[in-house]
Amino acid sequence: MNTNIPILEIENLKASVGSTEVLKNLNLKINKGEIHAIMGPNGSGKSTFSKIIAGHPNYKINKGEIFFKGKSILELEPDERARLGIFLAFQYPIELPGVTNDSFFEFIHRSHKDNSVNLSCGDNWIDMLNFVFQTAQILELPINDDFGERCVNEGFSGGEKKRNEILQMLALDSELSILDEIDSGLDIDGLKIVSKVINNFMNENKAIILITHYQRLLDYVKPTYVHILQDGKIIKTGNLELVKEIELKGYDWLKESF
Amino acid sequence: MNEKLKNNDLTEFVNQKYKYGFSTNIESDKIQKGLNEEIIYLITKKKNEPELLLKFRLRAYKKWKKMKHPEWSDLQFPEINFQDIVYYSAPKQEKQLKSLDEANPELLKTFEKLGIPLTEQKRLANVAVDAVFDSTSIGTTYKQELSSLKIIFTSISEAAWEYPELIKTHLGRAVPIGDNYYSTLNSAVFTDGSFCYVPKNTICPFELSTYFRINEPKSGQFERTLIITKENSYLSYLEGCTAPQYDDNQLHAAVVELITYDNAEIKYSTVQNWFIGDDYSMGGVMNFVTKRGLCLGHNSKISWTQVETGSGITWKYPSCFLVGSESQGEFYSVAFTREYQQTDTGSKMLHVGKNSRSRIISKGICAGKSKNIYRGSVKVTRKAQGARNYSQCDSLLIGNSAISNTIPYISVRNPITKIEHEASVGSVAEDQIFYCLQRGIPHEEALTMLISGFCQEVFNKLPLEFSVEADYLLRLKLEGTIG
Repeated sequence: MNTNIPILEIENLKASVGSTEVLKNLNLKINKGEIHAIMGPNGSGKSTFSKIIAGHPNYKINKGEIFFKGKSILELEPDERARLGIFLAFQYPIELPGVTNDSFFEFIHRSHKDNSVNLSCGDNWIDMLNFVFQTAQILELPINDDFGERCVNEGFSGGEKKRNEILQMLALDSELSILDEIDSGLDIDGLKIVSKVINNFMNENKAIILITHYQRLLDYVKPTYVHILQDGKIIKTGNLELVKEIELKGYDWLKESF
Repeated sequence: MNEKLKNNDLTEFVNQKYKYGFSTNIESDKIQKGLNEEIIYLITKKKNEPELLLKFRLRAYKKWKKMKHPEWSDLQFPEINFQDIVYYSAPKQEKQLKSLDEANPELLKTFEKLGIPLTEQKRLANVAVDAVFDSTSIGTTYKQELSSLKIIFTSISEAAWEYPELIKTHLGRAVPIGDNYYSTLNSAVFTDGSFCYVPKNTICPFELSTYFRINEPKSGQFERTLIITKENSYLSYLEGCTAPQYDDNQLHAAVVELITYDNAEIKYSTVQNWFIGDDYSMGGVMNFVTKRGLCLGHNSKISWTQVETGSGITWKYPSCFLVGSESQGEFYSVAFTREYQQTDTGSKMLHVGKNSRSRIISKGICAGKSKNIYRGSVKVTRKAQGARNYSQCDSLLIGNSAISNTIPYISVRNPITKIEHEASVGSVAEDQIFYCLQRGIPHEEALTMLISGFCQEVFNKLPLEFSVEADYLLRLKLEGTIG
């Protein structure tokens, strides 16, 4: 197999929700071993972009293609995309009342196994839970003995919810992980821990997309490229220097130069 | 793109055929259709009952004749012709059974198909089963263990012979003759049922259980259950129901009476899985039940937990009359309706005793073209100082054609009272489903998981085996053919 095939390749993507066009001709290529940061002002389409890759049903693709490891995923259901190796850490993780973490992980494990997808953290879900428990301790999640009995994200603080997303990212060990504002809701200690975990998690076979508003996260997790998303398309690509410029000047100067 | 998150697709997803739709080929001993005094004499004769029960029945029949069919519910079903029903039917047995080994193997096979732990090896499951097949108890296990504790667990008709005083003082105490139309009908023609008496200072060490099964076409089944726990005693009782598939309506009007004395407790759990009727007509079981608990003693407690997935039409309100001071009543319910099922269910808490407390947690899941109504009543009388009630009713709608209503009645006649009522209605949130999908869990599994999560608070109240069974039953009902 050709190892040069990008993990993710987006070509001329146009998408809409209702009658509003939200992505307007977006192009992006992400190779193995790369971390891409996506920045942009509020409402520029960053979260939309992540949901579209994950296959959220509210969005309609009007034109273009999304290739994951060389194959189009546009016709795939969200769960099929997930099992292929696309993970999305939600900006606002969802609470699942009555569903315990134990049973959530059990369902996740079974769903992968039923579809012949091997999870690196173990052949059975007990292994997976053990892995989750150990990892949770590193993440300083409130992983007392009752973590398994607690319901997914219910009663979790903002920071705990974000840590829980990272926990799931590690358990699923996907090739592409999209982290939508993983830094919001985390205090500085939390940010440091999560950054460390992300850096350890990253390797030459994976890719990560970081969606963020602030430079702070990028000080800890160094991106290969930085993209500025505005009005549904990428208007500029650069490196950390670009981030510094934005911290200084905001986004408006880019608009003018564009 | 992906249309699966759209709710209307869920309709087909929940339309799974009734799994236990078979009938057993056993000759039945039946009497002719219809209801009159002669029939009641005949039932008493067939069952070889003492005069005590005959009198009870005749009094009830006289009252029932004067009563009118209640019209206040908005359930829709064809008028019932009470003269077109067979009021007694028993499987024919050549001789009296000494043990289960002697029972008709066909019968035992039926229980096996239903997964009822009745046979010797299944005794280890720690459940004593008084199996009711149509109208006659065919076998009772654990009898010896119970008798060493002086716990009585037998059929009502047997109890009427052996313990006439207990029957005389307790039968009809919680649900008096003439209480309502269907309970009165039951009092006149009740076929059989369980009688359970736990003496003072006795904790029943295992759950007692009755499995009901309706097997004869057009044989109305009228179960009568009476449970008594004396001072400082405890009993947990399980009731589970499955019925074979028939196109004719099957009437079921049971009465359950619970009575607790000082510091005594009864925990009554029900999992119901009756045939709900076919897709286009109402062929399912009609279930009009009267369940009432009487907390007579100080600090006595009655707890109803029910998981309802069956019946074409359900009409029942397990209630607690909290007479004793500090007495407690609880009601935990999951009602799952689909296709054309109609359910009007809820609870009634009557506070008479000082500082009596009650709690109602009701979860309704409503799919297809079904109708799911919660109707609850909380009454605090003048004497009930310091009474407290908390009610919570949540409904989950699946699809666009299901109907869910919450109708609470609250009446307070005492100023020192605390009543809380919360209600919510919604559908399985799309963002919750998407979250699960994104973790690789397929749509159907995700829904099952979320719905079972919605019910968890109630499932947790069931005894362990039942809790697992209930969760399994719900998942089974939800399993569908969505590709």
